[in-house]
Amino acid sequence: MEMPQPNAQVLHRKDQIVARLQSVVGADGVIFDVIETRAYECDALTAYKCPPMLAVLPRTTEEVSEVLKICYDEGVPVVPRGAGTSLAGGALPTADSVILGVARMNAVLETDYDNRFIRVQSGRTNLSVSGAVEEEGFFYAPDPSSQLACAIAGNVAMNSGGAHCLKYGVTTNNLMGVKMVLMDGTIVDIGGGHLDAPALDLLGVICGSEGQLGVVTEATLRILHKPEGARPVLIGFDSNEVAGACVSDIIRAGVLPVAIEFMDRPCIRACEAFAHAGYPDCEALLIIEVEGSDSEIDAQLALITGIARKHNPVEVREAKDADESGRIWLGRKSAFGAMGQINDYMCLDGTIPVSSLPFVLRRIGELSADYGLDVANVFHAGDGNMHPLILFDANKPGDLELCEALGADILKLCVEAGGCLTGEHGVGVEKRDLMNVQYAPDDLEAQMAVKDVFDPAWLLNAAKVFPLAASQSRRPGAHLEVS
Amino acid sequence: MIHPTSEQALAEALSSASGPLVIKGGGTRRFGTLQGEVLTTSGLSGVELYDPGALTIVAKAGTSLAEIEGVLAAENQRLAFEPPDLRGLLGREGDSTIGGVVAANASGPRRIQGGACRDFLLGVRFVDGQGRVLKNGGRVMKNVTGYDLVKLMAGSHGSLGVLSEVSLKVLPLPETTGVLQMTGLTPEAAVKAMSRALGSPFDVTGAAHATRSATGEPLTLIRLEGFADSVAYRAESLRNRLAAFGDVEIDTNPARTKALWAQVRDVAMHVGTEGDVWRISVTPSDGPAVAARLPDCEIQFDWGGGLLWVRVPFGMDVRASLEGINGHATRCSGDSLAPVFHPEPPALATLSQGLRQRFDPRGILNPGLMG
Repeated sequence: MEMPQPNAQVLHRKDQIVARLQSVVGADGVIFDVIETRAYECDALTAYKCPPMLAVLPRTTEEVSEVLKICYDEGVPVVPRGAGTSLAGGALPTADSVILGVARMNAVLETDYDNRFIRVQSGRTNLSVSGAVEEEGFFYAPDPSSQLACAIAGNVAMNSGGAHCLKYGVTTNNLMGVKMVLMDGTIVDIGGGHLDAPALDLLGVICGSEGQLGVVTEATLRILHKPEGARPVLIGFDSNEVAGACVSDIIRAGVLPVAIEFMDRPCIRACEAFAHAGYPDCEALLIIEVEGSDSEIDAQLALITGIARKHNPVEVREAKDADESGRIWLGRKSAFGAMGQINDYMCLDGTIPVSSLPFVLRRIGELSADYGLDVANVFHAGDGNMHPLILFDANKPGDLELCEALGADILKLCVEAGGCLTGEHGVGVEKRDLMNVQYAPDDLEAQMAVKDVFDPAWLLNAAKVFPLAASQSRRPGAHLEVS
Repeated sequence: MIHPTSEQALAEALSSASGPLVIKGGGTRRFGTLQGEVLTTSGLSGVELYDPGALTIVAKAGTSLAEIEGVLAAENQRLAFEPPDLRGLLGREGDSTIGGVVAANASGPRRIQGGACRDFLLGVRFVDGQGRVLKNGGRVMKNVTGYDLVKLMAGSHGSLGVLSEVSLKVLPLPETTGVLQMTGLTPEAAVKAMSRALGSPFDVTGAAHATRSATGEPLTLIRLEGFADSVAYRAESLRNRLAAFGDVEIDTNPARTKALWAQVRDVAMHVGTEGDVWRISVTPSDGPAVAARLPDCEIQFDWGGGLLWVRVPFGMDVRASLEGINGHATRCSGDSLAPVFHPEPPALATLSQGLRQRFDPRGILNPGLMG
């Protein structure tokens, strides 16, 4: 994969840059030893690795500002990093870059139950945000699979989703404000406890900008009271089409489950072998979760199973208690681990209109046969966010390339079906060169113009999101003037 | 008046425009007065795609809101962000368009629970000030492919581009609506009661307070929606939870509950009164403090207390009441010298100005409206 040539002049000044940064964050805040910088050579997309020139770990917004001023002054590329769990290479360094990690900034700054928000430093992990408000019965809704490890900084950068966003939305729908540092060190406050923007919705475009517009150091997040309870139902079908039709019928009936998860046969079998959750051996399996009081849950599950039974399911299993709920979720939650045990795999993240589900699954099956690589499907069916897992053998020469080619074809299929390349993982470096499939040159130009405004020198995470050829004229040293 | 009937014609009109343009959807909800040649999107009309099973509708920007709502109602669905009808409040006529709703990010009482228009907006097509036809987002519910210009366009009031097509997420209509009503509360007590309801597990979809209702007394409203049994259960649970604030009446009559919330949504309490209309957005618990600094006037609090609709004497600038409080005020009517939109801090104003300059380098799209 192509990355920009490291700037030799920057590398030549490494000692001077280290000294300047140490004067801001102290000796223990700058990691520049060539062995130690390897800790930052990749994120969760481990296929690509490149140690940064150095990593800097500030403790306050003011330190972040001073660090960025120095980098701006020195013309050093900066790659912001939350917890490094990106599946798209969003935190992949370049050899001449400074990794700006927010891991030391994880404090809770304010909890306000009356106004239903929490303000945290951005290095705080997703799950520990909920943890901070749990005693009062509240939670933070977006729940990416990596929530134990991933940081709010990365959630904001990637506009992360999760299994429960069918009801609660993704990060952008739960983000009320940020404190952010621009590349030149300017600190800005956007949003807060109120619910709309005074003018242009800058917060809306910052969320999901993949660390290219600024470094978010604090976030104000909406918190909600937990529902009284939640329980899933498991429904097995002997065809993907029928399972897809059932999802559509449930949505049309006016029920809004918190989650509708879909697994196909290869995935069901792998999970069953791994987790022994007691799943039926069938073509497609839905896990549908609803919330409320016991009687509300019973009523919703009755409605859902009533609809499902019209589609001749091979099995309907309602959870009656927490233990049964746990068993139903067990297989789904271990899906990625299960697949990882039997194979190397690549996880895709395209989204399609829910109504195209049967067509897209059939085409994925055909592509899988053409390429000779198995594909297991596990995804958020309610919102059409697919996670096809392509199984390959990393030790077999050519298999990774074959897998990447199949992945690209599947994502193109998602776009053709009316969907998109990525539903919740982000573009990063992984899908950067596929952006032309979804967007025309003018569309990309308009997005890059936004970066021109926030980061005129294109120093922040610049080699991501846009095809390198498209962004080439903007990246260092092409300086663009903004009035 | 410029009246394009296709996206291509819209692009040509914008490319060849030589002076300021006033971008008009239905003209029912614009704040402020503008000078320039009117460009209307009414010729770009029609629902392009409606997929009830995927909860998605795609329509050309000039499609009337009434048409969209009709199409959705036929499938028992709706725009859940509850766009207000401000014709009465602002003294306008005409038919609101979906493009105008999006450009204004027009969001009603359900914003506190379901989200604003921007949260339901899945994709846009628009023509920018250079005449470029652009698209962003799409018609799927989860999409992080590139920058989210969809959010940027929502609430950009025609200053970055002219919308030609929008895709929206829709939701099922609830079976039942229940309203809890309390009378006689002060703004402080009402906001506390609303916070208590909104901080409950009972999924409140509306929380509003008027300092004066039809009976002359202050009225606090809390809304629940869903299946009938569930609404009944939650209404009783909430009544208990709110007992300390006084008597709570529960109403589930479809016509009455619908009318009550339409009044809140459309700010009916200020229709037909004299003065300038302002809309103030703050953290809910700051709402009563802001109200106390305003001159003696009636106030509608929506969004649990965080959105204040006020009508004040002509020419008055209410922004002084926000001193030391995080939030903003929008002047919705009148010709006073106060800018329509709240002035941004310098660093943010520079960013906003930079964005406008990129998308509309000639400054022809609703110039001056947003800064």
